[in-house]
Amino acid sequence: MNAKKVDKIANVVIYTIVALVVILLLAILGYILFNGVPDISWHFLTSAAQSFSSGGGIRDQLFNSLYLLVLTIIVSLPIGLGAGIYLSEYASDNWFTDLIRTSVEVLSSLPSVVVGLFGYLLFVIKLNLGFSILSGAIALTFFNLPLLTRNIEESLRGVPNLQREAGMSLGLSNWKTTTKIVLPAALPGILTGLILSAGRIFGEAAALIYTAGQSAPTVDYGNWNIFSSTSFLNPMRPAETLAVHIWKVNTESVTPDAHLISSASSAVLIIVILIFNLGARFLGNKLYKKITATK
Amino acid sequence: MKEYNLDDSYITDITEESALSTKDIQVFYGDNHAIFDANLVFPRFKITSLIGASGSGKSTFLRCLNRMNDKIAKVDGKILYRNVDINAPKTNVYEVRKHIGMVFQRPNPFAKSIRDNITFALKNNGVKDKEELNQRLETSLKEAALWDEVKDNLDKSALALSGGQQQRLCIARSIAMRPDILLLDEPASALDPISTSKIEETLKKLSEQYTIIIVTHNLQQASRISDYTAFFHLGHIVEYNKTVKVFTNPKMKATDDYVSGNFG
Repeated sequence: MNAKKVDKIANVVIYTIVALVVILLLAILGYILFNGVPDISWHFLTSAAQSFSSGGGIRDQLFNSLYLLVLTIIVSLPIGLGAGIYLSEYASDNWFTDLIRTSVEVLSSLPSVVVGLFGYLLFVIKLNLGFSILSGAIALTFFNLPLLTRNIEESLRGVPNLQREAGMSLGLSNWKTTTKIVLPAALPGILTGLILSAGRIFGEAAALIYTAGQSAPTVDYGNWNIFSSTSFLNPMRPAETLAVHIWKVNTESVTPDAHLISSASSAVLIIVILIFNLGARFLGNKLYKKITATK
Repeated sequence: MKEYNLDDSYITDITEESALSTKDIQVFYGDNHAIFDANLVFPRFKITSLIGASGSGKSTFLRCLNRMNDKIAKVDGKILYRNVDINAPKTNVYEVRKHIGMVFQRPNPFAKSIRDNITFALKNNGVKDKEELNQRLETSLKEAALWDEVKDNLDKSALALSGGQQQRLCIARSIAMRPDILLLDEPASALDPISTSKIEETLKKLSEQYTIIIVTHNLQQASRISDYTAFFHLGHIVEYNKTVKVFTNPKMKATDDYVSGNFG
């Protein structure tokens, strides 16, 4: 066979595979949106879930998901930043950093249900945190940290070494060079990674069933005292998230419109994650352009 | 490659005031001995070129002079600056680099505005006064012959400048710190001829106030701008003399072959 023919065949094969992947993804996405979007209404988004009768909404679940997301990022971002900065800027290549990297990789391939059960045993039972948003946020931190650390490390490494040398040659300390020169230059990449990880957190269910719990107690959205047990901001209350809600409605719900609720919730979940993804691209590009002045 | 006796060398005595001198500098990359017994005296307010083939160690040597090889290589020997050995372990390297600035082969402006590129390091070194910052911004950009081209766009990103402008910005950034000595590692090798000649003019002017040490692959450049030239070969300094003498009347066979193009 001549080179031209081989190329042609390879092209056809590759395009077919790509087309398959795209069709598959679009089909799933389309199915979820097609089934769910018609049932999304303002009432659905703003009313509480019903256990036995139809007409329930997802107000609390949606809020819980977002609140859990914010808490998780508050917990995991500083740790991820610290670890990423250490691995990329300070660590030398030796057995110890190899060990850290391997651990991070292993942690990232841990099944989320295992993370959830671990969180259940350690935080919920042993540390007496109970089923709570806090337990969930910590479990999700475990789940999120490996990829976040990796992403931050890679983004920092992507900044050319010349930038560090420039900082050093001006008599700046390693820390100043890292925080004021390298980190800003890596910001678009870090931000994109952070938002994508937010999508993962938002859609996570297995790790939360045993940590944040499966119930959504009625909370008062006017109560801003985070120590009050009825406050919507109280991190010590159990909180069923949207993803957990979908799982629960599908497995054990007795409401007559369970199918409708799970379809609509799935659509809402997908839409929010789509917004995160598109937002990540938009913001990342915008920041990159702003920094490099390529308009 | 031709064989030369590397133990033989011609190093001229410098009678002028010394800005920086090295004594028995040895550099090791792991087991690889990269620089052998480098002894050079750099005269003040002169331009000294370091020439030699790729891998001859000239860049490695240059980077020792402001301790940029820390962490990368082991550097033994003494580097005397104002009678202080700045290669000593307890030297404050950050302080050293404020006095001995560096410009690199590829332009590396920060991803900041032109103004911030110049003032960033100053602010971090305690220059807070707005008046003074603006003053330094203007003078260093003027000294680097960039002022007229950027004075209306000081808040634009430095990355939007052309390669030649970026490199002059990097020179301006270095001299804004008011160093004594400016090290340049092939500063024009990534630039077109017009930008190169601008950089050379700039360096010529700067040598009235700064001691300049420049690594270059371009022999014409070395002969055009420098007062002294050191020829490196395989980690040894083979010849060090006034530039005119190195190029017209070299004492060593290796130097003669290199500057006349019979090398290798």
